[in-house]
Amino acid sequence: MRELVRRPLFWSTLALLLLIALNTAVTPSFLSVRLQDGHLYGSLIDILRNGAPVLLVALGMTLVIATRGIDLSVGAVAAIAGAVACVYIAGSDRPAATSTVVSAVALAVGVCILLGLWNGFLVSVFGIQPIIATLVLMTAGRGLAMLITDGQITTVVNPAFKVLGAGFVATLPVAILIALAVFAVTAVLARRTALGMLIESVGINPEASRLAGVRARTITWTVYVFCAFCAGVAGLMIASNTSAADANNAGLWIELDAILAVVIGGTSLAGGKFSLLGTLVGAMFIQTLATTIPTIGIPAEANYLFKAVVVIAVCLLQSPRVRAAFRSRRPVSTVKAGAA
Amino acid sequence: MTQVTTSIPPPAVGTPVVEMRGISISFPGVKALADVDFRLLPGEVHALMGENGAGKSTLIKALTGVYTIDEGTVTVAGTDHRFTSPADSQAAGISTVYQEVNLCTNLTVAENMLLGREPHRFGRIDVKAMNRRARSVLDRLGLSIDPGSSLGEHSIAIQQLVAIGRALDIDARVLILDEPTSSLDADEVAKLFAVMSDLRDQGVAILFVSHFLDQVFEISDRMTVLRNGKLVGEYLTRDTTQLTLVEAMIGRELETLDRLEHQAPTAAPDEARVPLLQVLGLSRKGSLQAVDLEIYDGEVIGVAGLLGSGRTELARLLFGADTADAGTIDVRGSRRRFRTPRSAIGAKIAFSSENRRAEGVVEDLTIADNMLLTLQAARGWLRPVPQRTRDRLVEEYIKALDIRPPDPAALMRNLSGGNQQKVLLARWLITQPELLILDEPTRGIDIGAKTQIQQLVAKLADEGMSVVFISTELEEVLRLSDRVVVMRDRAKIADRFNDESVTVAGILATIAAGGAELKEEDSDA
Repeated sequence: MRELVRRPLFWSTLALLLLIALNTAVTPSFLSVRLQDGHLYGSLIDILRNGAPVLLVALGMTLVIATRGIDLSVGAVAAIAGAVACVYIAGSDRPAATSTVVSAVALAVGVCILLGLWNGFLVSVFGIQPIIATLVLMTAGRGLAMLITDGQITTVVNPAFKVLGAGFVATLPVAILIALAVFAVTAVLARRTALGMLIESVGINPEASRLAGVRARTITWTVYVFCAFCAGVAGLMIASNTSAADANNAGLWIELDAILAVVIGGTSLAGGKFSLLGTLVGAMFIQTLATTIPTIGIPAEANYLFKAVVVIAVCLLQSPRVRAAFRSRRPVSTVKAGAA
Repeated sequence: MTQVTTSIPPPAVGTPVVEMRGISISFPGVKALADVDFRLLPGEVHALMGENGAGKSTLIKALTGVYTIDEGTVTVAGTDHRFTSPADSQAAGISTVYQEVNLCTNLTVAENMLLGREPHRFGRIDVKAMNRRARSVLDRLGLSIDPGSSLGEHSIAIQQLVAIGRALDIDARVLILDEPTSSLDADEVAKLFAVMSDLRDQGVAILFVSHFLDQVFEISDRMTVLRNGKLVGEYLTRDTTQLTLVEAMIGRELETLDRLEHQAPTAAPDEARVPLLQVLGLSRKGSLQAVDLEIYDGEVIGVAGLLGSGRTELARLLFGADTADAGTIDVRGSRRRFRTPRSAIGAKIAFSSENRRAEGVVEDLTIADNMLLTLQAARGWLRPVPQRTRDRLVEEYIKALDIRPPDPAALMRNLSGGNQQKVLLARWLITQPELLILDEPTRGIDIGAKTQIQQLVAKLADEGMSVVFISTELEEVLRLSDRVVVMRDRAKIADRFNDESVTVAGILATIAAGGAELKEEDSDA
């Protein structure tokens, strides 16, 4: 049990469960999931579906943060992805065809990968601090999305495109399936190949890794590309859900939610060890929190304040220093047993 | 050597402007300075000497108020002081110019010199008066640059002089120059020394720290030597030889250790044999002067020299950790150019850095991950080392090197220095290198691990691996090496077979003499 308590994942999972318990206490139907027209409905399903974009972005962010970096441009990249896809579909000869959607999605993802290459280039080749390097695209990216959409909210009517964000497959929302699939692929790539270990090594000690022959530059570059890819897919989901590309608001502040999810999941902003499972829990926590606020009757004005308080509480819970401070009040023997 | 004592009667001269008595400073677990006396006379250049870690910078920081002293007294110009901040010390007339010039390159020369003390007029900075005041200080330094020009336009040497000018404007009685010459070329050093002589004649007491022995002998009047946080002695430069100084700095422990049993590759390498590594004119500006070196299979090359002599710089160039400006490296007769460590690893070269913590250990990963890092990096991320191979290698090396704890999953950060060093050695041995470069592999580790590592080096060489062994401990170098390369002032000054005629004293003499004495004895060039 002590071993368990010391793991960061324990506290974020506990926080998530507490949040779910709180919701259930206020709204007894919170946990219920019902099948209707072959689709699953319910609060939990909503949380999963609405949390899919944040989870996707947070996955990419986890790897970036593990290399001691950060990517602030994910929101802008998501907006660009939506803009590219919608403008392409709206402008094509057959705006309702499935094949149009396939090309649109491919094009949007391709653009995002280019944007990721740009971020990675600035960080790994020029050695610009990640927060500055990605800040460039964070601000410029929205402008780019505006240019693509001509400053309009571009709406599309295409059933195939709608599937991405709002569709169902085998009773489950497609968005959830996509997010979980990316999660699974990432987890396999990170832990079944040596990628995860090499990323951690670069994040923990870049110079030692370089001297050990690790291609630190390539690895850093790759994680930014992956992060932009994830952001792009998230952007497509958002655009699909609303059937529109809103250059101003799509994916707005999603970078902050994603960073929070990563931190709550127990990955340190100082880089190094990362936990994808932790990020999954963190993303779900963020989304549940967003659902909880209106449910328990917190006025919309206090929304952000409440969120901040909860996030601080969770971060404090995880902080080894805070936990050590609490522990030191107990008899010394407990500390020894705990440390052993 | 009688000079290596603390009981030299201080030569009778005027009243010291700075007198430190019985200074002790401790950090958690380390006694950085123990009962050190130090004095500084007006109108002298006083060199503070000692190897890295001897306590030079601690003593300077005690004098400049960066560190608070635990015990002892500091008297400046007859008044007792207890400095608690650099400002206190500055107020007492002590100015310091640090190695890294900490000025603002985007401000003008005058602004830098008078930063924080600008003359004001009607509530605004009086630029004219400021430039005039700066001009007069610059004249004192013999510099004819425009005080209104931006500092960034000038060379590092000028910037260094401006930093000194800033110190002079505070009307310093004591000027501390910490490694001021490390980034200067010969002309610039001459200029700096001219200024230092002038200031000395004007009665300023100058404390000078430098790794370059020639410079110390050229400019200083008196020296104080520290070793391991203790005072070794105070010497008049004109009565001291470089040999005495080097011995005082290193502290001779001439207990002769048995040479390790190791079959040296017999006799002189025959001319036809292709060396494993042939290095010609390898150099890098500011870090290493052109070095030639040949390394044959199964040879242990010991590299001796003081810290800062270019030992580490040589190793880093051989490994591609830094890139060379000039020179060639041939591996088994074919030309190679190492731009990155990765390319050197590809040529079967391994390098264990002296800076274990910053450049070796990946603290939050396990013993197993640390051991396999290089092998994995070489294979690429897509081809993970198979679990079975992994387990076998890790278990094998934990056993062979007696790594404790013998737990592959233990985090590297929890290991002692000696065990971390063994894991790093294993990391390289797993790649089966042909040349192993070890920079201070035994520094800061306990005696047991030290012996084990020395024995391992001898064994590896017997099995045909070539080793470059860099160490501050000359006894260790002599014990292990087939050939000894001596470095000084960032250049190779001697290279000879390690036979019975090579002794610690001989190497010290070589270092002190700059290689002149032994040049004719060099057994191969």
